[in-house]
Amino acid sequence: METLEQIKSRIESALPLTKLDILPNECPAGERSLVVDAGRGLDVARFLRDDAQLKLDYCSNVTGIDWPEAKIKTKVKKKVVVEGVEKEVEETIETLRSGHLEVVYHLYSMELKHGPIVLRLRTENRADKTHLPSFTPVWRGAEFQEREIYDLYGVIFDGHPDLRRILMWDEFVGFPMRRDYVDPDDYEYEPTPHDEVLDKAKKHYSVEVKTEVKPEVKA
Amino acid sequence: MIDEGLKSELQKQGVYVTSLQELYNWGRANSVWPLTFGLACCAIEMMAASMSRFDLARFGAEVFRPSPRQADLMIVAGTVTKKMAPLVVRLYNQMPEPKYVIAMGACAISGGPFKQGYNVLKGIDRYLPVDVAIPGCPPRPEALIHAIMTLQEKIRNQDLTGPNRPRHLNADVEGEYPVPVYGKHDLEPPKNSEVWHPPMIKR
Repeated sequence: METLEQIKSRIESALPLTKLDILPNECPAGERSLVVDAGRGLDVARFLRDDAQLKLDYCSNVTGIDWPEAKIKTKVKKKVVVEGVEKEVEETIETLRSGHLEVVYHLYSMELKHGPIVLRLRTENRADKTHLPSFTPVWRGAEFQEREIYDLYGVIFDGHPDLRRILMWDEFVGFPMRRDYVDPDDYEYEPTPHDEVLDKAKKHYSVEVKTEVKPEVKA
Repeated sequence: MIDEGLKSELQKQGVYVTSLQELYNWGRANSVWPLTFGLACCAIEMMAASMSRFDLARFGAEVFRPSPRQADLMIVAGTVTKKMAPLVVRLYNQMPEPKYVIAMGACAISGGPFKQGYNVLKGIDRYLPVDVAIPGCPPRPEALIHAIMTLQEKIRNQDLTGPNRPRHLNADVEGEYPVPVYGKHDLEPPKNSEVWHPPMIKR
């Protein structure tokens, strides 16, 4: 298979005005991914599926990531001249990362037996601009997995044929896999609580136990 | 009530005496028909228990019925998600009396490893009266067989009259259990207060 750089340049020459980035990956596996501009996502997906050299006909996995707003600290080495001697000094730079939701697609080719190519699409923010193009018209297998991401993260896939909740019930409000989701406080009994569970347990032991006393066993 | 000594003396003479209660309970205890109903990996152990190696048929409980109308016993085998819980209660309501519940495995008892999750019910005993709970993740088939034997023991010792009579012989007790509805974040109500109370912890 071609390298990711070659694929990127071929997409850019085939589909002008398309913005692509290669996301580096420092972990040992080193699997890099293509960050695709959401507006041109569907064209890129169709290109990857139909291109004769790639034929990525199989979307094996779709998953979501929640990136809340965060301060990112990066350490930069700087050369500073102190009293005529050049020294290397580490400097930490704080940058503010805006929050967004990310959807990751893993693509393989059954016909040419290669892959994966990893695509990432990002929403503008986490609150109201959470629309992304649906790839279900391109890879039918993405249908349920996109529904799952809608269910748990709240990404709205435009062009999805049947965008409903799939794991949670229809009446459910909220997106439980987001970092700031507050889950229902319903596990009172804990024999050895600690940390945040201890805080929860303390609340229950003072309120619930006093009000509810187990009645005598009757018929 | 017949004296035990007289009973055994009569038995030696070839006269068998029993009470209606014993006969009734003997019949019920030896043909417990479970509902074919599995929720997760515990159900695999339940299937193993009913197959040739462990042979649940030795205890009269091998007739797994695919309809709640014909079943006596509900083995809650596996994780009960909040989405599934109302359906479990509804299935229980559809079973004819007398009926019993075995909570099989850590998840059915307390939520197990998913206890702190947002989507799993923390034990089916919040909605249903559980007769026997089997710990384990999953329990061995022998544990299920032991649970069924424990249940049989319980059925044999049930009084048919008096204050401890079973629910189906007590006209004052509601037959159906309220089915919870799906709420915005949790089931409503989150528990059946008639069945379940948060345990008291003494420190």
